Amino acid sequence: MSYGRYKKNHPWLYHKKPPLLWWVKKWAYVRFILRELTSLGVAFYVVVLLTYVNAVSQGPEAFAVFSDWLKSPLSLGLHGIAFIFVLFHSITWFNLAPKAMVVHLGKKRIPGRIILIMNYSMWFVVTAGFFWLLTTV
Amino acid sequence: MNHANTTTTIDLEVYRYRPELETEPTFDTFTVPLRSDWVILDALNYIKDEIDGTLSYRWSCQMGVCGSCGMMANGEPILTCASFLKNYAPGPIRVEPLANFPVARDLIISMDDFMEKLNRIKPWIIVEEEKPLEEGEYLQTPEQLDEYKQFSMCINCMLCYSACPIYGMEPSFIGPAALALAQRYNLDSRDHGNQQRLDILSTDDGIWQCTFVGECSEVCPENVDPAGAIQQYKVASTNDWWKSKLMPWGNKK
Amino acid sequence: MPHQTSLKTVKRSNEPFWWALFSAGGVIAALCVPVLLFMTGLAIPLGWMDAPGYEAMYTLFENPLSRLVILVIVSLSAFHWAHRFRFTLYDGLHLKHLNAPVAFFCYGCAILFSAYAAYSLYSF
Repeated sequence: MSYGRYKKNHPWLYHKKPPLLWWVKKWAYVRFILRELTSLGVAFYVVVLLTYVNAVSQGPEAFAVFSDWLKSPLSLGLHGIAFIFVLFHSITWFNLAPKAMVVHLGKKRIPGRIILIMNYSMWFVVTAGFFWLLTTV
Repeated sequence: MNHANTTTTIDLEVYRYRPELETEPTFDTFTVPLRSDWVILDALNYIKDEIDGTLSYRWSCQMGVCGSCGMMANGEPILTCASFLKNYAPGPIRVEPLANFPVARDLIISMDDFMEKLNRIKPWIIVEEEKPLEEGEYLQTPEQLDEYKQFSMCINCMLCYSACPIYGMEPSFIGPAALALAQRYNLDSRDHGNQQRLDILSTDDGIWQCTFVGECSEVCPENVDPAGAIQQYKVASTNDWWKSKLMPWGNKK
Repeated sequence: MPHQTSLKTVKRSNEPFWWALFSAGGVIAALCVPVLLFMTGLAIPLGWMDAPGYEAMYTLFENPLSRLVILVIVSLSAFHWAHRFRFTLYDGLHLKHLNAPVAFFCYGCAILFSAYAAYSLYSF
């Protein structure tokens, strides 16, 4: 089913592959690529998180060095950009989830609105939980 | 007719491709009256009747039911019978054949690929065994109807294929409308073809090429939501895959 | 009855395996990463929140349960990245024809990273 298939049996058909950067021309497509690129923000942070735990594991000196790096403009800049990306990931993920999930309660189908509310409530609970944990340790 | 309406005009930049004359498509600009009750299809009919009778395009019902007049207007896939000229004023309006399909002539695309894919997903009710006539109809409750009704509204206009960049890059992808219609039959309580369709849909050409761009659902004139159908199918297909790997004995059917 | 679908032999995709990891990671990342990133990467370094001292963090991570939670977060998120980034390369740059090396690179990174995370969290 390649582009060549048409050419073979119907040489007069005109068919062109989309340009390499097909997504730059339309905002909906740009937003899609940005949504997909949020995975880089997630990847960046999990590497930081593991480094954080390893720094604690290595002792107070390593922890101090890492804490200082976190205060550097480079780190703050990267975290700032990554934060926007991961927020965008969370919002798009929760908003799109009701489309993929069909949940039945008995015979009744739970409306997407309820699933959306449940998603955001869960996000709130997890966020509050982690906040509580780091402020009370 | 209101006289004021006929004094203003709008330009249409129309995609032309005449394979016997040219190897690359060109654009012709036509000036048509900007009437408030005219849709793009009316303008094309005006061009064909009054300016250039060689212009080729498909249309039929003129009321958003048949799904044959889909084209690109300023880069967006639309039904030309449902898009008013005045919404594009002052123009110009760039009219092109549906994106991602091979063009046969002017605004006419070849739909062979879509028809083949539509057939592949078995868009009909599959029953394991026909009931004897005496047992009566295959009954369905309103709730059972609601499960698939949204997906049954498809008019095969192929706007979703033009909005789908994945189909543009990978013509082997079965694509939005066919997958939504597969789900329409899968969710029908009278149908037992789920497993047969799963075999087709869970291949690499099926649902797994989709990355949920979501534009197919945005452009659908019937609010079918193919993107939702495909994601739901990914969930179902994933459950099925894990079940068959973890409990191979339970997958007899 | 065997499912006779067409003359072509049917090859089921193995995508469900990776997609399941992608989805699980997507949920975990959506729930946990924004708050954690905001606190450790922005609020604490900028002084908007009191920095928990070394002792407090050590006590927190000494608990195997916290390390298990961190392992789940980092590993599933890594697989989420792998799957999504693989398709970003396909879609954004037309790289579908490099399916094998791209997939090998993305999932390979996630597997190695998860193994390293498991090792370092286990030997904390």
